[in-house]
Amino acid sequence: MDRLSNANSKDNLTRRIIETKGIVQGVGFRPFVFQIAKRYGLHGWVLNTSGGVLIEVEGAEESLHAFLDDLTMQLPPLAKIDTISVIEAEAAGYQDFKIRQSQAQPGKYVSISPDVGTCADCQRELMDSTDHRYGYPFINCTNCGPRFSIITDIPYDRQFTSMQRFQMCDTCSQEYTDPDDRRFHAQPNACAQCGPQLTFMGGTPLQVINGEAIKLTAQALQEGKILAIKGLGGFHLACSATDETTVAELRRRKHRYGKAMAVMMKDLEQAARYCELSATEEKLLVSPRRPIVILNQRQGTKIASSVTFGLPTLGVMLPYTPLHFLLLDSYREPLVMTSGNISEEPLVSSNEEAIVKLGVIADCFLMHNRDIVNKIDDSVTRIIAGREAVIRRARGYAPEPLLLPEQLPEILGCGPEQKNTFCLTRDYHAFVSQHIGDLDNLPTLEYYERMIDFYKHIFRINPRIVAHDLHPAYLSTHYAQSIGNAQLLGVQHHHAHIVSCMLENGVTDQVIGIAFDGTGYGTDGNLWGGEFLLADYRSFTRLGHFKYVRMPGGEKAIKEPYRMAYGYLYSLFGKDTRTFQKYLDTIEDEELLIMAQQMDKHINAPLTSSCARLFDAVSALINIARIVRYEGEAAVRLESIIDEGVIDFYDFDLQGYILDPAPLLKGVYNDLANNIVPSTIAAKFHNGLIKAISNVCRRISNHTGVKKVCLSGGVFQNAFLLKGLVKRLTKEGFSVFWQQKVPANDGGISLGQVMIAHYNLSR
Amino acid sequence: IGHGGGGRLSQQLISNLFLKYFGNPILNALEDAATVMLPQRKIAFTTDSYVVTPRFFPGGNIGKLAVCGTVNDLAMRGALPLYLSVGFIIEEGLSIVELEDIVRAMAEAASTAEVQIATGDTKVVGRGAADGIYINTAGIGIVDEKLNISAENAQPGDKVIISGTIGDHGMTILSLREGLSFKADLRSDCAPLNGLVKELLRFGNDIHVLRDPTRGGVASSLNEIAGSSNAGMLIDESSLPFKPQVKASCELLGLDPLHLANEGKFIAIVAASAADNILEVLHGHEYGKDAVIIGEVTDKTRRVALRTYIGSTRIIDIASGELLPRIC
Ligand SMILES: [Fe+3]
Ligand SMILES: [Mg+2]
Ligand SMILES: [Zn+2]
Ligand SMILES: [Zn+2]
Repeated sequence: MDRLSNANSKDNLTRRIIETKGIVQGVGFRPFVFQIAKRYGLHGWVLNTSGGVLIEVEGAEESLHAFLDDLTMQLPPLAKIDTISVIEAEAAGYQDFKIRQSQAQPGKYVSISPDVGTCADCQRELMDSTDHRYGYPFINCTNCGPRFSIITDIPYDRQFTSMQRFQMCDTCSQEYTDPDDRRFHAQPNACAQCGPQLTFMGGTPLQVINGEAIKLTAQALQEGKILAIKGLGGFHLACSATDETTVAELRRRKHRYGKAMAVMMKDLEQAARYCELSATEEKLLVSPRRPIVILNQRQGTKIASSVTFGLPTLGVMLPYTPLHFLLLDSYREPLVMTSGNISEEPLVSSNEEAIVKLGVIADCFLMHNRDIVNKIDDSVTRIIAGREAVIRRARGYAPEPLLLPEQLPEILGCGPEQKNTFCLTRDYHAFVSQHIGDLDNLPTLEYYERMIDFYKHIFRINPRIVAHDLHPAYLSTHYAQSIGNAQLLGVQHHHAHIVSCMLENGVTDQVIGIAFDGTGYGTDGNLWGGEFLLADYRSFTRLGHFKYVRMPGGEKAIKEPYRMAYGYLYSLFGKDTRTFQKYLDTIEDEELLIMAQQMDKHINAPLTSSCARLFDAVSALINIARIVRYEGEAAVRLESIIDEGVIDFYDFDLQGYILDPAPLLKGVYNDLANNIVPSTIAAKFHNGLIKAISNVCRRISNHTGVKKVCLSGGVFQNAFLLKGLVKRLTKEGFSVFWQQKVPANDGGISLGQVMIAHYNLSR
Repeated sequence: IGHGGGGRLSQQLISNLFLKYFGNPILNALEDAATVMLPQRKIAFTTDSYVVTPRFFPGGNIGKLAVCGTVNDLAMRGALPLYLSVGFIIEEGLSIVELEDIVRAMAEAASTAEVQIATGDTKVVGRGAADGIYINTAGIGIVDEKLNISAENAQPGDKVIISGTIGDHGMTILSLREGLSFKADLRSDCAPLNGLVKELLRFGNDIHVLRDPTRGGVASSLNEIAGSSNAGMLIDESSLPFKPQVKASCELLGLDPLHLANEGKFIAIVAASAADNILEVLHGHEYGKDAVIIGEVTDKTRRVALRTYIGSTRIIDIASGELLPRIC
C-alpha cells in the first residue's frame, strides 16, 4: 500500500491542519480519511466537530500532496465538501493515525446528511442467507440508512440519535470501531441480536415480534387488508395497488378523494412493466435519495383505477429501507404506499400515535422500536424538460443546504401558507426545511414551529432578520410577527418565487421573471398569479400580468372552478348568460343570480390575475373539473388530456404587457359549440399560453434588453407547458431557467424570501 | 324632520315621541341629569353607537339593536342592566313615521329587558351630515361582587356553549344591504339576553366567560377569549348550530358563518361539571332553546381550532377585513 517511501526523520516531515465543511459526517468520511492516511503512511488524527471535520496529518511532502488529492477527489459516495482550509505547520511528532473522540464546539455547525436509501452492499447482505444480518430489517452502513430522521443534535454521533438506547453487541461494536470496516462509526449500526425489532399487530395472533412479522404483513396485504407500516420518516398506509376494492376502501377510510396515491414497486423491472421509463427516470428511481418519481403509466396495466383516479401518470418509488426490501421480496406486487396521516396533518411517526390515529384506517400494523425523531415525507420529483424537478422536497433531500452565491447573515424565511417550507441561512448555506404542509392545520402549524426551533438549534442559527409573505392572513406571517427582537420584511410572493429560481440556478443579474401560480398577495391588495416581473434580488417591477377578473366566492371559486368559469364568462358576456347557458346548466338559477350580484357588488369577489384560475375556468368549461378535490387538480387534468398532435392554438389580446384571455375563452366556447373534443381544446389552450408568454417576453426584452428568463410558480410543474416554453424561448435567444432543486410551487418561496431580505435589510 | 334650530323641534320630539314611549318617573322629570339609586356597590357601565344600514330589517331595526346591544354588553359581565341613556343624531329629512317605529321598537326592547331609559339627547343635523339616524346608548347595571365573569377566565377543560344558531344577524343585514336575491327567509336574531343570563347566574362561578359574538362573529370572539385567557379551544364542526337558510346563503357567497355577526347570542364558557345543567336551563328559555356545547377549552395556547367532519383540525382565525383567499 505504501506507494511512497516513509521518511523517518522528523526533520523531513511537515504537518497540515485541514478543516472541511459540507456533508462530512455520517457518510463514512472519517474512515475514508483514516484509510488514505494509512495508504500514504501519514500520522495524525481526524475528528468530527460540530463545525465539520478536523484533520491533522503529517509526513513527507509528496505523501501529503497525494493525501490531499485523494481527500478531495475520491470522496465516499455520500460525502460532499463545501469548503476546505489547509494550514501548514511544523510536525508535531505523531506516532500513528487515530480517529479521535468527537468534539462539540459552541456555535459551530455542520451539515446533516439526509436519510439515504439502502446501499447495494447492504441489499446484498440482507438477502444473503449466510450473512450475519440476513433478513434483518434495520441493516445499514456508513453509506446508507437513517440520518436526519433519527438525529436529536450534532455532532452526528450515536448518543445524539434515537439509536442511543440500543447497546451494540460484540459483533456490531467490533465493526463500529474497526476503521477498515464498512460499518466503522456507522451510528445506526445494529443487528438482530442488539438492534431494533419489528412488531406485527392485528389479526390473529394479535402480536408477533420479528420473525414472522414480514410474512404476516405480506399475507395481510394479500388478503386485501390495509396496513399502517412504520417507515423511515413516518408511517405509510399500505395496501395492494392492484385491488380496486381495497384501494377504494382505503380512500374512504382516509377521507382522501381524488388526489393520486404513490405506489412502491419491487424493483426497476417491475416499474418498467407498469410505466414507461427513460434512462433519467431509472437513474432517479435507484438513486440513494429514492424519491417518488412521477411516471407515465403504460396502457392497460393492473393498477387499480382508484390509485390515480384516471390520471395517466403514476407516482412510483422503489424500496428504500431494508424493511421495504424484505416486504416487497415477500409480497412481490405493487403496493399503494400513501402518507400515514389524518387528512392534512403531518405524518404519524410514533407507535402510540399510530394506534390512536391510524387505528380507524388500518386493519393491521407493522411497527418497530427505533424512534423517528424528525418526521419527513417521501419526496416527489418528475423529469421535466429532460431534468429532475423536485415537486415535494423532503426525505433524501432535506436538510441538505443549498449553496448561496454570497455569504448571508442568519436569516429566517417563514415561507408561505400552503406546501410550506421555511428557510434558515448562515454563511454560504440556505437550509430549506423539508416539506411542512398547510399551516391552517393545527398539528401542522405546531410541527412548523417545532421544526423551526429544531433547525435553529442543530444549525446553530439565531436569526435577527425574518422574512415573511406579504399576505396579512397567512399563519406564517402571524408567526413572523410574533417573533420578538427581529427585523421583519414582508416579501411579495411572486418576487420570492422568481428569486428562488434565480438562486438555485446561480443567476445574479436582472431577469424577466414569469411567476404563474394559484394565488399570491399583490402589492395592490389583489390576488396575483400570472405575473411578468423585471426582478433582481433586491426588488422588482411588475411589468405585465393577466387581466384582472373577479372570483365569485373567493376561496370557494378556487375549490369550485365552475364559479371561475362563470366569473370569466360574466366579465366577457355580461349578465346575458343565455349564450353559454348550456355549459352552466347544472348551476341552480339562484346561484347564478347570486354570483352575478357578487360580481356586480364586489361581495367576496376579489380581483385576480392568476394563471391557475384560467386553467380552472377552461377545465370547468370543458367539464373535466367543475369541482376540485385537491389543489391544482383542474390544471393536472387539463394537462393530462392534451392531444400532442394538435399544433393549433387560442389567441390572447395583448395590450401593453397585459394579457387578456377573452379571445381564448371565446375560442373555447366556439369549439365547444362545434363539438371539438376536450383533448384538442386542452392542446390549443397550452399552445396558446406558450405563444402568448413568449410574445410578452419578446416585448419586454425589446424594451429592456434583458435576455434571461426565470420561470417559477406551481403552474410550471406542468411538464407540457414548461417543455414547450423552454424550447420556444430558447429558440428565440433567451436563456431560460426553471426550478429543479427546490419546488416551483410554494415550497420554494422561503428560499427566495431570505435573499430578498438580505438585499433589503443586511447588505 | 326638518333641520330644527334646537329648541322647538327637540321639545316636540321629546314630548310627542320620546316621553310617549320611554316615559318613566326618572325620565319624565327632564332634568339635566338623571339621578338613580343603585342597590349594590359594584356596577357595570358600557356604551355603544349604532349606525347599521339598513335601519329596518326582518327581526328588528336600529332602535331595537341599540337597546339590545348595550343590554347584552352589560349582561356579558354578569350584570343586571338597570338604566340606559339614549342619544340620537338624526339627519334632516328622516320621516317622523320611521323615527316613531324606531322609538317604539326601543321602548319594547327596553320593556322586555326590564331596563329604564333614564336620560337622553337628540340632535338633528343637516342633510349629508349623517346617514338617516345614529343612536348611541350607554347602560348601567349592577353586578354581584362575588361573581367574576370575564374573558380572562376560560380554563382548560371548560365547555364552550353557544346559546343558539350562528350568523343570523350578519347574513340578514348583508343580504338586505346588498339586495341579494336569496330565496330563503333570513331574519336577524336581535334580542336582549339579560333575562337568559340572569337565570345562568345561579350557577355562580361555574360561569367563567360570557361574550356576545357581534362584529367579527363567533370566530373573533373565541379568539379574543383565547387571547385574554391564554388558553386554546377546540370546536367541533359537527356541533355548530346554523339555520339552514343561513348556512345555504353562506355557501352561495363562499362566506364562513363563523365570521358573521350575531345580535341575540352569547358564548358561555363554563365549568365542565355544570355544563349539562346550564344547557338545561338555557333550553327552557326562548332565546336559548337551540343552545349547544360546541367545544372545549384546551391548554393549547391561544389557538382556536375546528375539528372538522373528517377529523382534521383547522385553525379558526379572526377574519382580516378583506377576506382574501389564502389557498392556491
Ligand atoms: Fe405561489
Ligand atoms: Mg358592543
Ligand atoms: Zn449500506
Ligand atoms: Zn449487533
